[in-house]
Amino acid sequence: MSALLIAGTAQRFGFLDDFAVREIRRGLLKALAVPGYQVPYASREMPIARGFGTGGMQITLAIATPLDRLKVIDQGADDSVNAVSLRRFITAACPGLATTTRTAEATLIQTRHRVPERALTAGQTMVYQVPYPDPLQIVEPSERKRRLAHAHGDYARLWVKLYEDVVRFREVSISNRYPARVAGRYVIDPSPIPRWDLPKLHRSPVAHLFGAGREKKLYAVPPFTDVEPLAFDDVPFAVEAFRDAAGARRRCARCGAGDTYLDQIPQPDGGDRWQCNDQDRCAERMEER
Amino acid sequence: MGYVAVRGGEDAIAEAIRTLDLMRQGRCEPAADPGAPLGIDAIRHQLRLLVDRVMGEGGLYDPRLAALAIKQAQGDPLEAAFILRAHRSNLPRLGASAAHDGGRMRLIRRISSAFKEIPGGQRLGPSTDYLQRLFRLDLIDEDPAAFRAAAAALPGAAAEAADFPKVVDGLRAEGLLAGHGEAQPAVDITRSPLSFPIPRPARLAHLARGESGGVLAMAYTTMRGYGYLHPTVAELRVGWLPVMLPHPLTGEAVEAGEVLMTECEIVATHGGAPGEGPPRILLGYGACLGHNETKAIAIAMCDRAMLSGDERGARHPAEDPEFVICHVDGIEAMGFCSHYKLPHYVTFQSDLENIRASAAKLRSQA
Repeated sequence: MSALLIAGTAQRFGFLDDFAVREIRRGLLKALAVPGYQVPYASREMPIARGFGTGGMQITLAIATPLDRLKVIDQGADDSVNAVSLRRFITAACPGLATTTRTAEATLIQTRHRVPERALTAGQTMVYQVPYPDPLQIVEPSERKRRLAHAHGDYARLWVKLYEDVVRFREVSISNRYPARVAGRYVIDPSPIPRWDLPKLHRSPVAHLFGAGREKKLYAVPPFTDVEPLAFDDVPFAVEAFRDAAGARRRCARCGAGDTYLDQIPQPDGGDRWQCNDQDRCAERMEER
Repeated sequence: MGYVAVRGGEDAIAEAIRTLDLMRQGRCEPAADPGAPLGIDAIRHQLRLLVDRVMGEGGLYDPRLAALAIKQAQGDPLEAAFILRAHRSNLPRLGASAAHDGGRMRLIRRISSAFKEIPGGQRLGPSTDYLQRLFRLDLIDEDPAAFRAAAAALPGAAAEAADFPKVVDGLRAEGLLAGHGEAQPAVDITRSPLSFPIPRPARLAHLARGESGGVLAMAYTTMRGYGYLHPTVAELRVGWLPVMLPHPLTGEAVEAGEVLMTECEIVATHGGAPGEGPPRILLGYGACLGHNETKAIAIAMCDRAMLSGDERGARHPAEDPEFVICHVDGIEAMGFCSHYKLPHYVTFQSDLENIRASAAKLRSQA
């Protein structure tokens, strides 16, 4: 990690300078105090490319302590290249910070695209890497106009999009990043987690912290807070079904679970193999058997 | 509980980094001779415009580190600027200067296309403008001794202190220049959140760090009709600007060193579009680190276009500060473009399930 030590600057725990740490922590406190509100902040350039998790990483670096035990996942896997890369940087920047692949043992979980399958428990903190912090982006490109709409609680255009989808496709076409109303007020983009994961945020015992590095926003879902997917009374929100042609729920080919988010892996014979996306949960279940 | 090694990905990353460095040594072509390792000073001077571009986009004036970044990045300007920017990100702030006057530059080049002659004179200086873009085959096997001898034979760096009035000062004195209200304080864009509406100093700072090609593309739209701009380069200056910092004890401004900068003022005669008031001369301003004339002019044009947008609402993309400022940063754009290479199989699976569900419902209702 020579980049950390260049030009005689002393390495600080957590890489970020004190000013940045203070700004991010204050931003997070504001985000927790106003659930779902996007707090603008002066996102720092990290030695990791924009788009690769610099927002989540800044949160992790600003709140991690040597007493934490960190888990980093990307696509549900601890060993995917980007998860490895981020973990490598964070542990080098935070000497003494322990890591784990076990959801149950982690105090701090930084993730891209998934919420662990295993129920989270009080005392843990989730940190999400966010590409698009604003759920209104799909209907309004201008940030200035979007902020006004949020201020007015005006989500009409988003509702119209959902309605038109239902009329045309019998289904809301938003698969991941499904918009959800937090604490009855702000609508958030929960980051590109699949619909499957969204109910896990509802009245969850842990704080969910969202960091968009490139778009320079922080937002949060505090513990025990209502998170309701936008849906119509007569067209309820539905998660990924994972059903085969006969309508049966698919199961993981490794651990046999029929209640997890699955990866579909095309096989040379033309068929597909289905297995748990959350590697830790899958391994845990294999051990239990 | 210690560090849990996660082997697969780790080995792959280590190998990728090793292979990347091998490419620098010509291993991509069998029997290629990569030559001697590039010296930092050779890059700094012989690739000076690349160094300047990287310093500008990286937002840090440090020619040696910029040269190292270029070497490390194997010549990719975006990657090099990124290395510099990441390093800059948490450097301590030792002080803040007052606003600087470009009129105090030690000039190496200064031109105006608005007047035939200007007080202090036109000075062509080092310029590619009138270069015939033909190959100089003698550079293929340049004799190092002759190369050094040629430089030694010249007198010292030809730059002169200027206290020439700015070309636009004359226009301003005559009352022909439209004003833009009170001078606004500078904004440290690296320490204050980006939000819209965005003050002009923050816009100019974002543009100064903007990717040269990106800023040029935005400016070019205004030249081709997506805007109403007919600019004249009132003045283009390249030179060394003394950096004045307040003395930590006395507070008096002292010279801390100097930086090479390019500064441009464009004037646009009022186009006379309906409802726009009496004819005036409108100003656009651009400045960036290093010698980068195209970028300084492009910044000035974007500035002018956005000011027009402020006055009467944006009618074209380059007149909308949000459109311009959010899309000219090369490091952000490059990062996000590259992120599509990351695995996205969770979201794609979610898309597939969504489309399958929709298709099943449409089938059953058909």
